[in-house]
This record gives sequence, structure tokens and C-alpha cells, in this order.
Amino acid sequence: MTTQKILLKLTVNGEARQALVHPMSRLLDVIREDFCLTGTKEGCGEGECGACSVILDGSLVNACLVPAIQAQGSTMRTVEGLAGVDLSPLQQAFLHHGGAQCGFCTPGMLVAGTYLLETDAVQDEDRAREGLSGNLCRCTGYVKIVDALLAAREGRP
Amino acid sequence: MNDYAHIGRSVLRREGRAKLTGAALFTDDLKIEGLLHGTTVRSRVPRGRIMGIHFEEGFPWEEFIIVTAQDIPGKNVVAHLIQEQPCLADGVINHAEEPILLLAHPDPERVQDARERVRVDVEPLPPVLSIEDSLRCDPVIWGEDNIFKTILITKGDPERARAKGHLQLEATYYTGAQEHVYIEPNAIIGEATPDGVLVRGSMQCPYYVHHALHELFQLPLDKVRAAQVETGGAFGGKEDYPSMLACHAALLSWKAGGRPVKIVYDREEDMACTTKRHPSRTRIRSAFAADGTLLSLDVEFLLDGGAYMTLSPVVLSRGALHASGPYRCPDLRIHARALATNTPPHGAFRGFGAPQSLFAIERHMDEAAHRLGLDPAELRRKNLLRTGDAMATGQIMRDEVDLIALMDRALAEIRYAEKRASYPVLNAGDEPVKRGVGFSVFMHGGGFTGSGETMLHSVAALEGTADGQVRVLAASTEMGQGANTVFTQVAAEALQAPLDLIVVATPDTGVVPNSGPTVASRTTQVVGKLIQDAALAMRKTLLDAGYLQDGDVAAAIRAYVAQHGTLRTESQYQKPDFVQWDDTTYRGDAYATYAWACYAADLRIDLVTYETQVADFVTVQEVGRVLNPTLAAGQIEGGVAQGIGWGLNEEVIWRQGSMANHQMSNYLIATAVDLPRIRVFFEERPYAYGPGGAKGIGELPMDGPAPALLNAVQHALQITPRQVPMTPEVLMDLVEGA
Repeated sequence: MTTQKILLKLTVNGEARQALVHPMSRLLDVIREDFCLTGTKEGCGEGECGACSVILDGSLVNACLVPAIQAQGSTMRTVEGLAGVDLSPLQQAFLHHGGAQCGFCTPGMLVAGTYLLETDAVQDEDRAREGLSGNLCRCTGYVKIVDALLAAREGRP
Repeated sequence: MNDYAHIGRSVLRREGRAKLTGAALFTDDLKIEGLLHGTTVRSRVPRGRIMGIHFEEGFPWEEFIIVTAQDIPGKNVVAHLIQEQPCLADGVINHAEEPILLLAHPDPERVQDARERVRVDVEPLPPVLSIEDSLRCDPVIWGEDNIFKTILITKGDPERARAKGHLQLEATYYTGAQEHVYIEPNAIIGEATPDGVLVRGSMQCPYYVHHALHELFQLPLDKVRAAQVETGGAFGGKEDYPSMLACHAALLSWKAGGRPVKIVYDREEDMACTTKRHPSRTRIRSAFAADGTLLSLDVEFLLDGGAYMTLSPVVLSRGALHASGPYRCPDLRIHARALATNTPPHGAFRGFGAPQSLFAIERHMDEAAHRLGLDPAELRRKNLLRTGDAMATGQIMRDEVDLIALMDRALAEIRYAEKRASYPVLNAGDEPVKRGVGFSVFMHGGGFTGSGETMLHSVAALEGTADGQVRVLAASTEMGQGANTVFTQVAAEALQAPLDLIVVATPDTGVVPNSGPTVASRTTQVVGKLIQDAALAMRKTLLDAGYLQDGDVAAAIRAYVAQHGTLRTESQYQKPDFVQWDDTTYRGDAYATYAWACYAADLRIDLVTYETQVADFVTVQEVGRVLNPTLAAGQIEGGVAQGIGWGLNEEVIWRQGSMANHQMSNYLIATAVDLPRIRVFFEERPYAYGPGGAKGIGELPMDGPAPALLNAVQHALQITPRQVPMTPEVLMDLVEGA
């Protein structure tokens, strides 16, 4: 690549981070390689599977489709930023309901689920399913993921 | 009533927290110093001869590690059942994704760029691209007749019995290939020098990889090691293929003087090149008495094995052994063949041949019912196996299971009788959306087929540590199915210890004994039993040595290890006494036990778009004792989702022996909106030879959905669909052509 690198500065999970990157690098690679946040996964590289879901300035995006330069000055949340001292209520619900099996789609599912809960987009099961339809899971058949999302919304385990 | 402390309880997934926080490290997440990135140059033609390999002039090839077949220190083979599939093509190409040359470089982008600058000149030869061409030997591409394996199962005289039939029916059923689409693509890291080879990565079967590396390098067994890293789904797709990647990564590292080399497939490469479910063609000729009694079955079962034998003979075996379904039939013949074609080798996928043959028989039973004027449930009621009946191989059904009651429970849950009557009335109206209800009854044998478990001689061990913990040592891998958790429950139960005392060791051939591959629904049923026995032996050791008076297992282990240095117990597989099997005649106990099920589907079919929506899906299954209800239900739900996909949407489109739609955007797996809330019901009848009474469960849910769905299509539209996937295009052709 002959383009000049840029200094990318953004807030990641509440911390100021920066990296020298090519402007057209995929945000996914910056997250994984430069910030060493490997919880965000690559499942397809074409925006189909949602394993690389992150919340960028309040929007749910597939980090494999976002050029790094687009994240300049933004605020980003990844799966590593969801838990505090304890697991978040959604993470707790995933654990309790069995929402994670192999665990590879799970970070993206949790980020998407967190976004859906925070935007109040989980009024019922149909809405929950609609909201999660950008995230593919091959292990669960989605039943336990949907159950976890509904439980977290209702504040029950 | 649960008399157990841990078994039968929804113990939380052991590695769950790591998977929920992003802390779980998969292969591509590992940080490794001095890493090189590897890639593969492949054939683009399905069959031919390599005439030359050209490297683009002016490109700095000296920066790259380059490996061809000539660099292999031992045998150019990825060893499985037999040694036939080359690790790198040497002169001859047998499928369009065949690896020819390997490249490695520190920069992953540079290595992908370089791949495009290698040109392989190939003189094409005529390929075999279908079961039909392979049968015609047009041309011969494997052995003398393109046949990898033939199996014949016979009982009585099916031709004579057929002549007595009131109804004689013949039909042919087709199933397509299916891609696993584990969300984590294949990934392996290899490090290899003459002093030793270590491969780490995403895999189901570390000892298969170990075997392949041993043959490739011709190094002593103790100089070769394979270790599993957290694995993001497998479903059979990481049973044999990781051996190929392991060989490639290790060869690159060998040439690079031992520097670690990582190969991570991107999604397109993973979908195009790795194994898929075997396409099948099943012709059934049957005869029934007027009252619906099944008199005769003649099944011809054919699998497309792809370019190399790999696992096809065993996939064929399981398919053949399930081909007569859960039915009594006094006179039958099952003739099964796995055939060579010039596509990438087809391999293990959840169900392992059984979904293909069960699809055929379960569709056939519905067609027969229709022709006899009987309800499909009535036809099955007449013919379902009962305890004490003889199965196809002469195996006497020992399982105390009431299949009719199992079926009736599923039918009641989905309100079958009511819908069977009311939907045709609804469908007679002008509404474009038609409704149908259908079901399937089936079984799945647990563990390796026939004498397979005896030949494996699997071993698992438990080890007490100085700080009072217990390490479970087994080669069986966690790939999402819950092995870590179930092993922990079984060991803790037998030791009468708290769960936290148990640690399941990473499956690493340098550390764990060979408990066999993580396949065939055998991990809980067979390996779990070994762990239970090893744990009971450890408890007895502690008791006999006088360390367990107050019941504190951790303290007893600490004291024992302090006194004796080590505490280790092992258990090796012993077949149940009653199991008798003859591999030459295919007579006897094909499996020690079976899981049994009835699945029922309620469908909506839109005759404007030909879209099919599953409105309700009910599963009732008998799986011995359920060790962990949440994990078990998760297995059923996930397997059903894959089964629905295979039945309705997942179509591999072949173009010149290569998967044309090798992307998630055009090979469609179900999203959360495409599936109903899959409903799961268990009947529990403890199996005497399983840990805590458990049977295998993992593959069962793949077997039932496709026939249940297509039986519902027949009910809704009064057509006779005989192929999966039943995509909207196929359905439109059937309806509008009818």
C-alpha cells in the first residue's frame, strides 16, 4: 500500500487509544491487531455474519466493512467493554440460558444484543429475532440467544 | 426426582465466562513472535496433469517460503483410513481445489498478493462430476470402477416378498451437498523442525492430526504433537480437514527452519475447499400389504465421495445401517456404494450419512401411506420397531423404548390430527399461503459403527494434582457442544466432589491419552463413561488408602499426592458383553444403543413467492438420561436449525466441480427470523452402559427435519417432493410442472 499512514485516535471502551494505520485499513484489523482486542471476530469479511459487530458512535456496525479513517475521533465499544466488575445483565443471561456454545459468534451477538437493549428494540420475541438477524449463529438455532435477550430486557436472570 | 448432585442439572458452561467477555482465545487470536502467514495455491480445473509451475518474473520471490510436493520430508499423503490423498498435488490433479504449492511470508497481504502471481499450467482431462457419470465409469478415475466402498445388507428374500405386496412402490430421492459454516473458519499454527513438530489449532480430533503429521514427516510418534485451541464450531467439518491444514502449516515451518506458520482460511476458501456433506441418491423399492404392513424393502444407496476416499466408507456404513429406518421389515436388501467424482472430497457432517438415507425412507413411508389411503401416522404405527424386534442387520432391539408413544407425543404437541384435517379445507380457498403438517420418525446409533469402538481402544484418565484438583485427560474436544461441562459433571458426580475441583485439560497429544475422535455422538456416551469409570477408580483408590474418611475429596487428593507423588487412574473402553458384530457380513449389533425421535413440522408455503416458513417445529426424543438439560436442548435446537437449512435453503451450486456460491451472502444459513422457536421434549430412559445413563445426542437432530418438512410439503400441496434442499426454485418447478 502506498498511501500514507494516518494517526487514528478514538475512544475504545472508555479509554483513549491511537494507532498509526492506513486510512483504508479495515476497522476490524485495527481493533484486533493494533488494539489487541481479539474478542471481535472475523467470520466472513463481507458483512454477512456479524461476528465483528461493534458499536461505533451509537451505531451497530460490522467492523469488517468500516474503513479505519471513518472511526477517526469516534467512540467505540467492543465485547471487552461490556462487563464491569461483574458480567453485564445480558452476559449473565447468556450464561444462564446457554446462549453461547462454540463462542465464536458470541461477542458479536452480545454487542448487537446490547445495542438492541439500549435502543429499546426488544419489545417482544419477534422484534428480538428481527434485531439479531444480522448476526449468524450455527450452533444454537437462536432459541437460547433470544431467551437471553428477552430475560435481560425484563431484568431477570 | 434427581438423586444426583451434578448429573441432570443445567450446570453452567465451564468456559462460558471466557466466551462472553472476549477473553477466550481462538487460533487467530494467539499472539506469536516471528509468525509467518501461509497460503495455498490450488488447481482451478477438476482433473488434469500439471505441466509446469511459473513464478511471475520480477517479483521478489526470495522473500517467500515456497513449498511443493518435492519438499515433503516423509510421505506425500494426508493419512486417514488409507494413505491416498496427497498433501500437495504431484503431477496429477483430481479436483478443482486441490492444493499444489504453499507460500509463507511475514506480511499476510504480501502472501495473498504472491498467490496471484503463481501460474500452474494444467493439461485438462475429462472429469467425473456426478454420481451418474461415476456409475457409468465415464471415465474411470479411481480404482477399476470408481467405487470406494460397497456394503450389502440382506435379510430374507426381498424379491419374493415384494411379489406378495398389495402396493409395490419405487421412487428415487436426492440430497445435496451441505457446507458446515462453522462461524470460525479453519485455522492452524505449525512449528516444525527435525527435533519435533507441534501443531495447534481449531480441530475436532487431535490424534487424527497427530497421525497425519507422523506419516507426512516420518518422525517418531513422540516427536509429533497436536493440540486443540478453542474451536469455533465444527459439526464434522473439522474432523479430517484440519489434518490437511496441519500438514501444510508444518511443511512451511519446516522449510522456514522452524519459524511458526499460521494458515487461516478466509470464508470463501473455507467454503470452497473444505469438506461438505455427501450428496446422495437413494432408490427405494418397497412392498406393503393392504393394511399397511411393510413386507419388503430394496434400497440402493449411493454417495458422492468426491476425489479421494477419506472418510467415505464409514459415512456410507452409517447411512446404510440407517437406511431401513425405525421399521420392522422381514425381507430386505440394502446395497450401498460410495463413488469417486472430481469434486473436493466430501466428509463428515453431523449425521454422517444417516440424514441422507433416513430422508429417503421417511419420505417413502409418507408416499406409501398416501398411495395406500392411510394416514402416515397409521402406517408407522403398523411398522415401527418394538423392543425385541430384529433390525436390518439382525440386531435385536434391546432399548426399552415405545416409539409409538414417542410419535404420539410429538403429534399431540403439534396438534397433528386437527391440522391434518383442517389444512386441506383451508388450502382449498384462494389464499396464496398454503399450510401443511408432516413428521418423521428415526433413530441415530451412538458411538462408532460395529466393531469401531472396540478397535479404537479408547483411553481416558484422571489425574489428582498436588493442590487437590482433578484433571480430566481426554483427547475429546470442546467445540461448543458442551464436552467440558459434561465431563466435569460426570467426574464430579463419580468422585462425589464439587464441580470446581474438576479441570478439563486441553486436548494435546503430548498430554492426554487417545480417547478417540470427537465424532459419532460418542463423546458423552463412550468417553464420558471412561471418565466416570476413571473417577470411580480414583475414589476407590482414595478410600482404600484411607484418605476419604471425612468426605473432603480435595484434602484427600492433596494428602495422597503428598504421600505417593502421583495419583492417576485410567479407563479403557470395554464393549458391553451383548454387542456382537461381523464386519464381513454386516450382521449383528451395528450400534450398542440408539437415540430415538419423532420430529414434526408445521409449514406455511407462499405460492406467490414459493417461500417456505416453518411455523412450528416439535422434537420429541429418547436419549437415555439427559445429563445437562440446557446443553442438551441447545444441541437439539442447533441441530434442527442445520437440518431445516439442509431441507429448505442450503444449496451448494456446483460449477465444474467447484462450489460456485462459496460466500455467506449466497449460501444462506438461517438467521433468527428464518426459524421458529424449536420446541424440545425429552423422554428419559437411562442407558445402562452410558455415564449416568446417557446416550449420544449430537447428531440425532440433523436426521429428522428434512423429511418432516418435505412430508409437510406433500400435505400442503399434494405433490411428491423427493429432493433437498427444497428451495423456492425447486418447489416452483414441481408445482408449476405438475
